[in-house]
This record gives sequence, structure tokens and C-alpha cells, in this order.
Amino acid sequence: MDIKVDKVQDSIGQMCPMPIAFMAKNMRQMQIGQVLEIWADDEGAHADIPAWCQQTGNEFLCEENAGDYFKYYVRKKV
Amino acid sequence: MSENNNKATILVFSGDMDKVFAAFTVATGCAAMGMDTTMFFTFWGVKALQKGNLTGKGFFGRMLGLMNRGGINRIGPSRFNFGGIGRWMFKKMMADKRVVSLEELRKTAIDLGVHLLACTTSMDVMEIERKDLIDEVEAVVGVATYVQIASQSAVQATF
Repeated sequence: MDIKVDKVQDSIGQMCPMPIAFMAKNMRQMQIGQVLEIWADDEGAHADIPAWCQQTGNEFLCEENAGDYFKYYVRKKV
Repeated sequence: MSENNNKATILVFSGDMDKVFAAFTVATGCAAMGMDTTMFFTFWGVKALQKGNLTGKGFFGRMLGLMNRGGINRIGPSRFNFGGIGRWMFKKMMADKRVVSLEELRKTAIDLGVHLLACTTSMDVMEIERKDLIDEVEAVVGVATYVQIASQSAVQATF
């Protein structure tokens, strides 16, 4: 994946709502245009991370299967 | 998103662990989604905001404080509590599955800016004072405050 990542969030082992809660906290501290990479193995994250982006006006770039967990890429827009 | 649909109001009537857990999960989600989120705790729900000390002034108030002691780590599930065994079991199962504790979840909600408000009448009736509640409670309010914020909220939930 050819995306410049500015911050990585390790949410492996965390259950809903913690991955989203940490994501919101991290995104607040980031600059517009920066990319957050989230590692999560909570199944709900597949739906929740794109839903979070749509609701907050941020951009969901893609997800990537990393074996035991998934990597999600989100760009700060607002 | 317009100003008017960017608020969320969560009314917590119940003092049961499972319902309070759901309430804090929804509140944390709303706050994480960028909504200005307020939780109102009324009646048994006030227990989730208490420090956990014994409360009450008169005989009945003190009895209630003893038999229905507040504090977020003391509340039990709405079903299968069996005098505290159920609470222990749920806590253990949740910890084994690495679900956060109710206290951590409340802290997360506070960190994300969720406003915690407690109902005056419930506190008066049950003889719970402001000093018996955690410091993060922003105010002790009445129904008009709830209605005002609820009327501007796109998300409303009651637990």
C-alpha cells in the first residue's frame, strides 16, 4: 500500500467502542490531510470505521488484511 | 451537518450494570462521531455517578444508601445478579474478552467531552448530595434542561 502514514493506532484486542473512541481522540490531534493507520481485530470495525468517516466528514481510504487483524487508513478532512 | 442535528442526548434511568454499560457505549460513540453529547442520570441511574460512599441523612435515606449503595463498580446486571455473583461473573467474562471496565468506559466518555448531568429530584428523594457524586458531573439540573437539550438532539436514547 502506497500511502504516507502520519500516525499509527494499535487497537488490536480492543472491543467496541474503544477503537472508535481512540480514533476520534487521535484525529483531533492531527492536521488536515494527515493519514491515520488503525490496526484492529474487532469485527465491528469493518462497518464502524467507514461509518465514522462518513458521519464526521473524513475520508476512508481503504482496509488491508494483515492476517490476524486488519489495517484501516483514514485521512483527516475536517 | 447543521447545528441542530449535531447533539445527542442519553437519558439514564436504570442503575443496572448492563444498561449503564450500553448507555456509556452509545454516549462514547456519539462523542467520537463529533456530536455534542449529554447524559442525564435520573433515579437509579444516579448510582453510576456516585463516588460510592454511604449516603443519606434520615432513617430511610440511610437505609436506602446502605441497601442500594451507589458507585459504578458496585452496580449489578439487570438479570442473573444472584446477590453479586452475576456481577462478578460478568466482570470476569468482560475482562477475559478484553472489554473495558465500566469505570474505564466512563472515563473515556468524559475524555471525549461527554457532559454528565444529574437530576435534582432523584437526589433529593434518595438523599444523595452533590459531594456524593464524582467531580466530573457538570451540574445538577431539572427536567427543563433535559428537554431543552433533547429538543435540539438528532440522537436520543433512554436506558
